[in-house]
Amino acid sequence: MPLITYRDALNQALREEMHRDDRVFLMGEEVGVYNGAYKVSKGLLEEFGEMRVVDTPITELGFSGVGVGAAMVGLRPIVEFMTWNFALLALDQIVNAAAKMLYMSGGQFRVPIVFRGPNGAALQLSAQHSQSWESWLAHIPGLKVVTPGTPYDAKGLLKSAIRDDNPVIVLEGEMLYNAKGEVPEEEYTIPLGVAELKREGSDCSIITSGKMALVAMQAADQLAKEGIKIDVVDLRTIRPMDVGAITASVKKTNRAVVLEEGWEVCGIGAQVVDYIQRDCFDDLDAPVVRVHQADVPMPYAKALERAAKPDLPKTIAAVRKVMYLEA
Amino acid sequence: MAARKKGDAKSNPALNREMLHSMLLQRRFEEKVAEGYALGKIGGFCHLYIGQEAVSTGAIGTLREDDYVITTYRDHGQAIVRGIAPRAVMAELFGRLDGCSRGKGGSMHMFDRNVNFLGGHGIVGAHVPLATGVGFAIKYRGGDQVIVCFMGEAAVNNGAFHESLNMAGLWKLPVVYVIENNRYGMGTAVERASSIKDLYRRGETYGMRGAEVDGQDVFAVRSAMIEAVERARADYAPTLLEIRTYRYMGHSMSDAVSGTYRSKEELEEYRKRDPIQLLQARMKSAGELAPADLAKMEAEIAAVVQDAWEFADKSPEPPMAALFEDVLVETAS
Repeated sequence: MPLITYRDALNQALREEMHRDDRVFLMGEEVGVYNGAYKVSKGLLEEFGEMRVVDTPITELGFSGVGVGAAMVGLRPIVEFMTWNFALLALDQIVNAAAKMLYMSGGQFRVPIVFRGPNGAALQLSAQHSQSWESWLAHIPGLKVVTPGTPYDAKGLLKSAIRDDNPVIVLEGEMLYNAKGEVPEEEYTIPLGVAELKREGSDCSIITSGKMALVAMQAADQLAKEGIKIDVVDLRTIRPMDVGAITASVKKTNRAVVLEEGWEVCGIGAQVVDYIQRDCFDDLDAPVVRVHQADVPMPYAKALERAAKPDLPKTIAAVRKVMYLEA
Repeated sequence: MAARKKGDAKSNPALNREMLHSMLLQRRFEEKVAEGYALGKIGGFCHLYIGQEAVSTGAIGTLREDDYVITTYRDHGQAIVRGIAPRAVMAELFGRLDGCSRGKGGSMHMFDRNVNFLGGHGIVGAHVPLATGVGFAIKYRGGDQVIVCFMGEAAVNNGAFHESLNMAGLWKLPVVYVIENNRYGMGTAVERASSIKDLYRRGETYGMRGAEVDGQDVFAVRSAMIEAVERARADYAPTLLEIRTYRYMGHSMSDAVSGTYRSKEELEEYRKRDPIQLLQARMKSAGELAPADLAKMEAEIAAVVQDAWEFADKSPEPPMAALFEDVLVETAS
């Protein structure tokens, strides 16, 4: 199987789906002439022309609404945000328009749209450019939210997102674009709402998604050397969440660490822990431990930033804690 | 640009009757809505259109069936003029299953796919980008339809409006943006909210034609719209019309008709240029409307409104199963 980057996997998904369906078009800042701020849309303008690869002004609220309006009358827009941090300006269109249109119109107006772009912290981008939006978006009925952590997942999930008749949020890992992984040459899609067991083990579950899936796999590999076997559940889709995959894993291991990139309060981990206490109360051998970003805006200074982010050492420490092992 | 648009003087008796019927139907329908609200049949926020009927009638009457209309939460009149049955609008207001949004939307969210009515929308200005996207989709497909986007004058100060007009001007989209300047954004007079008086001039910034239109004169609205619609249809050129009108009722049913922000005297002054009275006077002086004709039309409309009320009152409540329906579509394409 060819090894390709996460960026190229996304690019393949876009190209294939634009060939498959001429209602699909891409719009956003720098997606065309510039080939994409992160080069995800490289070559698409040349291939599909400016009606289908649309460079927009810096106007997130406006072009997100343009996408929703176009979707209401039958097109299938892919709206790229240069980063999800900028999408805050567009939240009204995502929440009040895209997510609610079907419901408040009594089922008449569907909004088949994808909002995608890089999410989460990169390196030293400080407070306004280093945020994870999963919990904000997953809170909203009417949206689906996916968080691919590998090139294989990125391609398969994006293709499904584009084909879905609902608004789908695709949160890409800003630090993952160069990550390589195996992606088959033949066509495939990954259903939304289905988690993947990325490592199998019987001692402790790590439930995670997105960029943190890599960290979880690294933790599993490292702990395996000590004979600790970790079950890594990569949710892949945050909404709808694959609750069955979470509870199956916890019932097997009786211990869980929930790892996420975002903040603690009202975070994704809080929801996962709620599912665990509802369905696995009698299966737990220890309280669930959460790993997340420190409850502060992201600092710039290197050491502070490192201290704020969830990472491999913190994840391993959490596993030890939940297993009542010495630190 | 500019020049205040006056209605053309050529008279078309059949069209005039049709327009009078359309405006009277909205007026009587909404008077009944006010009654329904007082009786608790209708809840939530309910914004009446009374006083502004020449705008919907004059504007929507210029459209083809395959054109699109999108509007604000003050949407009952436009919904009816566009062709949603009064029964379906009233049933929606009552929160019933036969409502045009199946009882899920209410007063502020009338939708009907069958007549390309893309909704009443509840966030000031936020539907203006949606209209722009519909314009984009028309051009994407190489079509010759038009979308008309109604908004209140308060919308012209927010970002969604400006971002949209910039893109429509930049990409040449077939959108007619219609500001219904009814003088007040809730209780804030336009001159206390906008840095310029002539709101249509905001379009100049985006390379867009614009005009101020007398919104109490249905002929003026119609002729300005014919021009703007043609420009959009033939050349994908957007237009910004500022139609000056006046709302007789409070901002919503929860608000006083007059009070701290406007006086009764002002309201009475504006009522002297009532759009329905103006049209009637014109038709009478042209010999097109005998007192018996008007009485007959009023009786017909009263029957339609009463029928809508009875239909809505008999329509079932949405079943509990509807609570979880239409959150997501179960399909993929």
